[in-house]
Amino acid sequence: MSRYTSATDADRAAMLERIGVQSIDELFETIPEGVRLDRALDLAPGRPEQEVFAHLRELASRNVSADDELSFLGAGMYDHYVPALVDSIISRSEFLTPYTPYQPEVSQGTLQLMFEYQTAISELTGLPVSNATLYEGPSALGAAGFLARQHHKRTRFLISRGVHPHARETLRTMSAGWGIEVQEIPLRDGVTDADALADALGDDVSAVFLAQPNFLGAIEDLEALVPGIKECGAIAVCSCDAMTLGVLRPPGDFDVDIAVGEGQPLGNRLDYGGPSFGFFAAQQAFLRRMPGRIAGETSDADGRRGFVLTLQTREQHIRRERATSNITTAQTLNALAAIVYLSWLGRQGIVEIGELMLQRTAYARKALAGVEGVELLHEQPVIREFAVRLTADVHDVIERCAAEGVNPGYPLGADYDEFDDGLLVAITEQRTREDIDRLAEVLGRAVAGARRARRPEEVTA
Amino acid sequence: MSLAETPQQRDRAKTIFEKSQPGRRAFVAPELDVPEDPDALPERFRRKEPPRLPEIAEPEINRHFNRISKRNFDLDTGFYPLGSCTMKHNPKLHERVAALPGNARLHPAQAPARAQGALQLMYELQGALAEIAGLPHVSLQPSAGSHGELAGVLLTRAFHEANGDARTKILTPDTAHGTNPATVTMGGYEVVKVGTDDQGGVDMDDLKANLDDEVACLMLTNPNTLGVFDENIEEIAKLVHGVGATLYYDGANLNAVMGRARPGDMGFDIVHYNLHKTFTQPHGGGGPGAGPIAVSGRIEPYLPRPQVVRRDDDTYDLDFDRPKSIGRLRGFQGNYGVFVRSYAYILSLGGDGLQEASETAVLNANYLLARLKEEGIGEHLPVAFDRLCMHEFVLSGAPMKKNLGLRTTDLAKRLLDHGYHPPTVYFPLLVDEALLIEPTETETRETLDGFADAIAEILREGAEDPEIARNAPYTTPVRRLDEAGAAKRPIIRQELE
Amino acid sequence: MAASYPDDLKYHSDHDWARIDGDSATLGITWFAQDQLGEVVYFDPPAVGSTLTKDQPYAEIESVKAVSDVVAPLSGEITEVNEGLADSPENVNEDPYGDGWLVKIKLSDVSEVDDLMDATTYEGSLS
Repeated sequence: MSRYTSATDADRAAMLERIGVQSIDELFETIPEGVRLDRALDLAPGRPEQEVFAHLRELASRNVSADDELSFLGAGMYDHYVPALVDSIISRSEFLTPYTPYQPEVSQGTLQLMFEYQTAISELTGLPVSNATLYEGPSALGAAGFLARQHHKRTRFLISRGVHPHARETLRTMSAGWGIEVQEIPLRDGVTDADALADALGDDVSAVFLAQPNFLGAIEDLEALVPGIKECGAIAVCSCDAMTLGVLRPPGDFDVDIAVGEGQPLGNRLDYGGPSFGFFAAQQAFLRRMPGRIAGETSDADGRRGFVLTLQTREQHIRRERATSNITTAQTLNALAAIVYLSWLGRQGIVEIGELMLQRTAYARKALAGVEGVELLHEQPVIREFAVRLTADVHDVIERCAAEGVNPGYPLGADYDEFDDGLLVAITEQRTREDIDRLAEVLGRAVAGARRARRPEEVTA
Repeated sequence: MSLAETPQQRDRAKTIFEKSQPGRRAFVAPELDVPEDPDALPERFRRKEPPRLPEIAEPEINRHFNRISKRNFDLDTGFYPLGSCTMKHNPKLHERVAALPGNARLHPAQAPARAQGALQLMYELQGALAEIAGLPHVSLQPSAGSHGELAGVLLTRAFHEANGDARTKILTPDTAHGTNPATVTMGGYEVVKVGTDDQGGVDMDDLKANLDDEVACLMLTNPNTLGVFDENIEEIAKLVHGVGATLYYDGANLNAVMGRARPGDMGFDIVHYNLHKTFTQPHGGGGPGAGPIAVSGRIEPYLPRPQVVRRDDDTYDLDFDRPKSIGRLRGFQGNYGVFVRSYAYILSLGGDGLQEASETAVLNANYLLARLKEEGIGEHLPVAFDRLCMHEFVLSGAPMKKNLGLRTTDLAKRLLDHGYHPPTVYFPLLVDEALLIEPTETETRETLDGFADAIAEILREGAEDPEIARNAPYTTPVRRLDEAGAAKRPIIRQELE
Repeated sequence: MAASYPDDLKYHSDHDWARIDGDSATLGITWFAQDQLGEVVYFDPPAVGSTLTKDQPYAEIESVKAVSDVVAPLSGEITEVNEGLADSPENVNEDPYGDGWLVKIKLSDVSEVDDLMDATTYEGSLS
């Protein structure tokens, strides 16, 4: 028998007899000969658990994780502390192994956690309605674009260059068949160029996408930017960072129509980029156009409070080609991690952690600005991440820092040609003052070393 | 029936927000160890009132989520024969390897040179998936089956546009999962439905009538949602390719054919896998999953960016230099945590084990079907297509409705009282009062027998008194819920003062 | 409530009824249609002033598990929509020809009424 099945020869014989066939092969006779695989799969034979574990452990040992270095890497996913309580709860069989709650009477655990998660996201974003997750940040932004496209037949999207590069690219990819032109609004001094945005607005604009904070860590002036968007009748979409919403004014304050974002920082592991979740919250008017699962409150035959999947007529299994989205899988387990985490942080905690990041980021930025060969890329207010420019090859600097066990941040040149000397530095509550001082020291050495080693004809990667 | 409440029923639902008390907390903030800068954030950006997250200490958070977890039926605890979902056992090794710090604590933007273990894992997983489906080029990027479908539609678009040939329609069978037509719309195409013949396969006349040079693609599942392997698949592929369209394979039912047949060999150009179905990623109450795709050589240039590659020096890398790529469908590289589990599964089973898994899945389904055809069951719940099934089969509850006045939903709710999760109900739409049943290979014969016996008992009870099932369930944490009320007056968050 | 098809109404094959009043009409869905749908939870009305074209869908009506197009039996301009359905969509089930009316229109072509069925013909078409 293969791993995890129980059918012995005796089982098989009895079952084949009951079915009324002589062999397993007979069960596959319906597959035409021309498409039968007439050889074994060309994969190594199965191995015992001990060997599989040893192999996986060996592979994992060749990854330098956030446990193995002092990391200031951010760019959309962050090394926050995930309390043991989260691990303990999400590993429960009752949460880990059931399916989507199609039979609500035996899925109240799942449905209630979804309802609580929706409440938390609504609170954080200041918007009244939230779904029960989308896959992750960039595709959630793309989903907002699809909503806009189905909502009104306008033909232009405007997206700030400050939005995460992966989200900008995802929107372009997803919108390939929508008949919509995606126009990028440039940055000026590290934030969305307000004049360029104003010039670009018009009554053919379907939606405008901003990020708060933006990819360079800068806090955008939503109060100034959003009204013009609403005036021309476009849908205002803001991609935000939930961990900053204890301290920053939320998108709901500015009449933003849809708030989306990457949920990983809320109690979810780094996991080399996934799985995590995307959140999606909106103004009441968009409730029936929202993608994704939604849990709603109701009562049972005896009047007990309960929860069900609701507004399912938006979804693909009912509305099919007119569905608000094709999405089925939610990220329910990741939403559970988020609501446990947010309960653990609590009302005071989300403010405190935001203040801590704010102060340490300010300190870090000052410290790095004082390092020889390092300049600030912009001086906008920041809260958990900031950008600097190096007068040395960024990749060389990163390698030198790595040799000292420090990951100084994300090379902006990967996504911004105009910032190919740029480094994006993230500060979470895990990075202490000592850590930051060490970063400054190591970075200083690395920049100096890279400058000494630089040859005139060297091309930056 | 007794009117006494079970303890869980007596335990009224209270959200964690309602258990909040001002001043309670779990989190202890680290000390502020840097000088405070009062000007760090201009006042106009500052939030005035904190979000109303709960104020609650760890023991109560723990108790709350543990208590509500017990209001779930789950796969570790019981049989879960949801058709189209492949509720097979979630191996416990997988949680251990996914939690290894080298995996769980690895940042997605880590330099490839320092993520070689992860990249090698992804590269080898790609190779294994390619062999299983018979298509050489794999992208692990899509996050779920529907996401893989969207990738497939966008790849089709890119392929046709590169040939200077913009098409407008995509065909899907009327038995298709709703994601197929929904994806077609998201891809900017028009949906055209193709009918099903009385053997349960694609209606070939209807297909021929609808195939023209405006058709970009035909999306199929094989075996399909009726549990039937379409014997015309070779001719279908020829016809579809004959008009220059692509053939897309929805891999939801891959569990039926591993080692026995491969979509690549059937003529499919693009395939998606559901790692949370066939490859044991736990369902998590609705997610996460992953939906990698495999494509033929002519589609390869358009694959999403980045691709995981092995360089000439045998190191692994992320390749962004793909000028014809459709671009990205999401951030970073995909759901790596899911890849780790699927990789461990494939290593554990090997080629021989994967084939045996599919064979046992098909054996179990046919055995259960044979039991459910017995007298006492079969006349009320006849199978929709009377032939050997693959890994799942569809019964119709229409005779039960006529004979006993019981609908499929009543049977499902009464099954809850017997400690089983019901099968998929009212899908596929083609079958009246449908019950789609997929036992999977990890269930024992005794479990299948127990389930068949429970169905027989419910039908016997229904013949005597249909009211019992109509008002079921009785023993679940809540009784039958008012879904119409929830849709009419949606309440989707906890109201707070 | 038993099936009923009042004599004073005209019927369309897509299961809509019309109550004609000179050059105006009140429209709704028939008993058969609401029975097929199940309990109606939401009706999304078009805007007053918008145009209906005979045989074309003009709105959607939803139950918990289904969405249905509502097809216009006649052409015209919407003069009124049933706001009461926002709070009580179940009126469509409980009183499909009375409180469950959907929209009122001013007809653009009264001769279209001749294409509709009477109650007997419509009820006959259902078997």
